[in-house]
Amino acid sequence: MSFHLILFLAFGAVCAGGAVNLLAQRHPINSALSLIAVMAALAGEYLLLGAEFVAAVQVIVYAGAIMVLFVFVIMLLNAGEEEETKGSRVAILLGVPGILTGSVLMAWVVLRHSGTEAVAIGALPGPPVDIAELLFHDFLLPFEVTSVLILIAIMGAVVLASKPEATARKVD
Amino acid sequence: MVPLSYYLLLSGFLFACGVAGFLIKRNIIAIFMSIELMLNGVNLSFVAFAAHWHALSGQVFVFFVMVVAAAEAAVGLAIIISVYRTRETLNVDQVNLLKL
Repeated sequence: MSFHLILFLAFGAVCAGGAVNLLAQRHPINSALSLIAVMAALAGEYLLLGAEFVAAVQVIVYAGAIMVLFVFVIMLLNAGEEEETKGSRVAILLGVPGILTGSVLMAWVVLRHSGTEAVAIGALPGPPVDIAELLFHDFLLPFEVTSVLILIAIMGAVVLASKPEATARKVD
Repeated sequence: MVPLSYYLLLSGFLFACGVAGFLIKRNIIAIFMSIELMLNGVNLSFVAFAAHWHALSGQVFVFFVMVVAAAEAAVGLAIIISVYRTRETLNVDQVNLLKL
C-alpha cells in the first residue's frame, strides 16, 4: 500500500464520515461543522491530485467565506434542533433497496471501466501561473460575466435581507 | 498511485449524501448545506478528471463552480433570513405557501 493511497484513504474517510455526520446530526450547527470538516479534507484530496490553487481556494472560499456565512446565519436565526418527521413507509421500503442496488451497480461500473489507469501523486501540472493564463486568456469572457453575477448576488442579498419596513418606506 | 475510480467513488458518495440530505432534512439551512455538499462532490470529480487527462480546464471549472456557489449561498441565506422573518420557523414542512 503506497503512501499516496494511505493519504487518500485518510482524507476520504474524513470526507465520508463528515458527510454521513451531516445527515445524522439534528442540530444545524453540528451539520455545519461537519461540512467544514468535509471541505477541509477535500482540500487535502485536491493537494494529493496536485491542484494547489484549487485547494487554497477551497479552504479560503468554501471553508472560510461560505461556511462562515452559514454559521453566521445559524447563530443569527438561533436555529434549534430539527423536529422529527415520520418518513413514509413506502419510501423506506422502496428507497433503501433502490439506493443499495443503484450504488453497487454504479461502483461496479466505475471500478470496472475506469480502474486501469491510476492518478499519480501531484499528477496535475497546474501551478497558479498556468491557471491564470487559462483564466485570463481562454476563459476571459466567463470570468468577466462572473463578476456581474457576483454583483447581482450582492445586490440581491442586500435587498432580500434588509428589513421589510425599510424597503416599504422607500416605495412610499 | 490511486486509481481514478476511487476518486470518482468518493465523489459519487459525497453527491449521494448531498441528495439524501436534501430529501430527508427538515431544516432549511441543513437542506442548503446538503446542496453545498453536492457541489463539493462534483468539484472533486472535476479535479480528478483534470488530473487524469492533464487538462487544466477542469480546475478553472471548479473555480467557476465555487464562484456560483458563493453567489448562491449569499442569495439563499438572504432568502432564508427573509423567510424566517415572515414565518418565524425554519422547518420546511411549515413553509408550504408562497403567499402569506
